[in-house]
Amino acid sequence: MSAILEVRNLVKHYPAVQAVNGVSFAVPSGRCFGLLGPNGAGKTTTVEIMEGIIQPSSGDVLYRGEPLGPRFKQEAGIQFQSTALQDYLKVRDQLQLFARFYTRTMPFDDLVRLCALEDLLERDSRFLSGGQRQRLLLAIALVNDPDVVFLDEPTTGLDPQARRNFWDLVNGIKARGKTIVLTTHYMEEAYRLCDEIAIMDHGRIIAQGSPDELLTEHFSDVVVELPREHFPVDVTAFPLPLLLKPGRVEILTNDVNATIETLLAENISLQSLEVRPRTLEDLFLQLTGKELRA
Amino acid sequence: MRESLKRIAAVTRVRNLEFLRDRSSLGWNIVLPVVLLLGLALIFSGEGKPLYKVGVFTEAQELSSDLHPFLATQYIYFFKVDKLEPAVDKISRHQIDLLLDLTVEPPHYWVNTTSPKGYTLERMLGGKPLAKGVEGFQRQTVDGEEVRYVDWLVPGILGMNMMFSCLFGVGYVIVRYRKNGYLKRLNATPLTAFEFIVAQVLSRLLLIMTITVVIFMATWLVLDLRVEGSLLALFVLALLGSVSMIAMGLIISSRVTSEELAGGLLNVLSWPMMFLSGVWFSLEGAPEWVQASAGLLPLTHLLNGARAIMLDGAGLLSLGYEISVLTGMTVVFLLLGAATFKWTRE
Repeated sequence: MSAILEVRNLVKHYPAVQAVNGVSFAVPSGRCFGLLGPNGAGKTTTVEIMEGIIQPSSGDVLYRGEPLGPRFKQEAGIQFQSTALQDYLKVRDQLQLFARFYTRTMPFDDLVRLCALEDLLERDSRFLSGGQRQRLLLAIALVNDPDVVFLDEPTTGLDPQARRNFWDLVNGIKARGKTIVLTTHYMEEAYRLCDEIAIMDHGRIIAQGSPDELLTEHFSDVVVELPREHFPVDVTAFPLPLLLKPGRVEILTNDVNATIETLLAENISLQSLEVRPRTLEDLFLQLTGKELRA
Repeated sequence: MRESLKRIAAVTRVRNLEFLRDRSSLGWNIVLPVVLLLGLALIFSGEGKPLYKVGVFTEAQELSSDLHPFLATQYIYFFKVDKLEPAVDKISRHQIDLLLDLTVEPPHYWVNTTSPKGYTLERMLGGKPLAKGVEGFQRQTVDGEEVRYVDWLVPGILGMNMMFSCLFGVGYVIVRYRKNGYLKRLNATPLTAFEFIVAQVLSRLLLIMTITVVIFMATWLVLDLRVEGSLLALFVLALLGSVSMIAMGLIISSRVTSEELAGGLLNVLSWPMMFLSGVWFSLEGAPEWVQASAGLLPLTHLLNGARAIMLDGAGLLSLGYEISVLTGMTVVFLLLGAATFKWTRE
């Protein structure tokens, strides 16, 4: 699979910080590429350099093998983390305005259907709910039927229902063969949408691969989870290493049978016991030492 | 090129829509000049105020030149006073310029020694009545219609309104767009800075010219303005003046990211124009450096040109200086604005 976008040795200094510190990767055509990282890891700076909005201090971004130029602007669709739109315009006006900027556009009805905006066309865009507004911003990003779509934390601040709906929309875009570059805080989002992810911290990429590859590469164990109240108050003498989480206890193990036998031997109730594979959330914590939404 | 025009038209259209749908700002842009116009009509309706006021203390029922030949002097407002003392107080406070007491023989007069008008009236009182001019001089006369202050002031007020609308309507709005990230979103599209700026200028120009033409026509009807030259010349000059002032606002808005700073800078530009460009009073006789600074302001040239057309009937051809200065300023401001323009807050 050929790379539609390529980033080489990207560096961006700001007066006080080095936001991006030598980042290189390639985004294969037709795939969803996710950039994950804690706040301040350099995700948005990296993406905005890729979008041509910020100039890097050094390094290159190549689109179809060439530096960003007019062709990229015509063929890219961008949804920023936060965007103001012009006031006093209806959803229909907003879409028509942006459609006028491009030579190629997605048929209006297709776009409206794809982003589920049918009932909102005559609504003043200032009076949309969070989820509706994100759908409008997505539609604006798709107005030129782009080959590559950038989504910078598109579901931050949405309620779980709206977030799930948004994921369906993104999967619809993927089905059209578009390349997607996504940044997110939400590991579940990355796991569900991305074919490949890169985890950033302190302006560097610290891990990269498909979500499942990364998990098998870093973890051979599984997690056994139990409610905290099943354990005695003082667990320092417990024979297994325990991870104390709010309201629950996690035990990492390669041998679930042996773990359960130990638990039974210690007279721990197995009520509400859960065995789950390691998630991106765990991987993230292990790699960065940070809770994702901390 | 066609693509470019399409983009400019789209941005101009939505800016117009935004303005028209924003009732409060639309209202303000129409109400302000109308209030100014009504105020002018009120102040300048009826006769002009006399230059000199002279109180006359007399027992006669009516004032006439039989009482004293000085009372026949033209352009002086003579009025009867019933009591002497309060009238003398008014002299001391410059509320009356001269007071005559004709009840005593010889008549007395009161004058305030610090009053220039009193001084002049005193000289007139002492002079002989004019028969055939002043002795020792040959009298020459000209006839001509008076230029009322209101004829002179209306172009000033309209120009001032245009100036505020040009500077704040473009400068402030672009800074707001930059601050809230709308410009950044536009930058992610094929729209260029030049196209965006042209669209903002066009939209504001359309608005200003429409409002100005309507207000001008209404003022003309109500105040019976003096318009000696051609309306077309006036329109062309107003258009040129507006573009130059919009371009001036663009320089401020090209990189500033805070609305407060933009507001301050725009005031720094607009206040000198309020006072130095001759909106309210002529700068004739002002110190040379004041006049030179006034020459740096586009509104000065717009008003000079507009008054030449309206009051003296000048044509565009005779306004070569004003037109070339305004054009030059427009080009310089636009180039500066486009060269320094930034989409983002960074």
